[in-house]
Amino acid sequence: MEALQKSAREALENHKAKVIIGYSEGSGGRMRPIFVQSPAEAEKLTWNDRCTQNLAVYIAKPEVQKLGKPALVAPLPVLRAVLQLASENQIKEGDLLVLALSDGRVTELSQFSEMEEFVAKTPTHLASKDQEAIERLEKMTPQERWQYWQSELTRCFKCYACRAACPMCYCSRCTVECNQPQWIPVPAHPLGNWEWHLMRAMHLAGRCVSCGACGDACPLDIPIHLLTMKVEADIHREFGSQAGMKVQSEHALSSFKVQDKENFII
Amino acid sequence: MSEFEPKIVAFVCNWCTYAGADLTGTSRIKYAPNVRIVRFPCTGRIDFMLLLKAFSQGADGIIVSGCHPNDCHYTSGNFHARRRWMAFRNLAEFMGIEVERIQFSWVSAAEGAKWADLVNSTVNRVRELGPYDAYRQMAASSWQ
Repeated sequence: MEALQKSAREALENHKAKVIIGYSEGSGGRMRPIFVQSPAEAEKLTWNDRCTQNLAVYIAKPEVQKLGKPALVAPLPVLRAVLQLASENQIKEGDLLVLALSDGRVTELSQFSEMEEFVAKTPTHLASKDQEAIERLEKMTPQERWQYWQSELTRCFKCYACRAACPMCYCSRCTVECNQPQWIPVPAHPLGNWEWHLMRAMHLAGRCVSCGACGDACPLDIPIHLLTMKVEADIHREFGSQAGMKVQSEHALSSFKVQDKENFII
Repeated sequence: MSEFEPKIVAFVCNWCTYAGADLTGTSRIKYAPNVRIVRFPCTGRIDFMLLLKAFSQGADGIIVSGCHPNDCHYTSGNFHARRRWMAFRNLAEFMGIEVERIQFSWVSAAEGAKWADLVNSTVNRVRELGPYDAYRQMAASSWQ
């Protein structure tokens, strides 16, 4: 924690960054994002297990960009989101600084190549509770899975907090708001919720860095992050590519190999 | 149950499977009349949302078919589609959609007989599975 505050203070004092985007204590035991603009405020920065938001979501926002060059407090998923955004040409080299966190240490990274090296050294497996939840669902019968997702997704009231929390959901016009044609029914009824969540997972296929921020953001605790994590795990297994590892990478669903698996096609 | 006739929607590409289905007809091969063919420029254009729409509008089964790999009119549309099908099929299965109701296939413009077999086998399988009431009920209950 002190190392983080020290790094942040130095970055501001040496004009390496204009604003530090990090975590601070919020209300009700939740953490909240904080935008630190003066070295004196750096002491508010903190880091613990409750820091679940993916701060990479702020990089592309115009009101944040107005603050000047940011330095991002980045546990692994945030760092991977930065690399994925770079691979999708949403940010350029030098646009931001990263204060990468691992094992209580803080590493300042400015080049994408340094970030790639850092990510490559760190294991990227899912949290055990998410892995177990996915395996538990996979063991169910199709009918049980249908019932499970019906009862979970029917609770959704379409606040779109999942979309707002996701660093990869940066489209200025989302299909869910498209009304010519109306792809997704507007009401938060079973069909509208079903199609919205299935579409969200498909549009994040090969792009999800499995941070789980969408599920944490859900006010009803619907485990929607399992959908995107499952798609990402399948794509990693079948096509060998993983989101947020390299800037120069082929995107899983906009590339192909002639010998891709097709045992389900007759 | 013997009176149940499945409704099958077939999403096919213009260049291979649509022409293949045409050949089935001009060859006077008989096959199940349960299929409604929707023609697309390429399998690469067949969005997974269209499959969901078909189920919610009352389809009991779906066929998605296009040119064999390396035969795409647009060179690589079917290769891209194939990756998307894999991702979609696994996700649909994970969410409890009955994926055995969706048949992916490659049917070339010369494979009129294969098209007839594909439709017949899909119709038979879906007939055994019965109507897809679970999905239809979800859709119908949503608008009440």
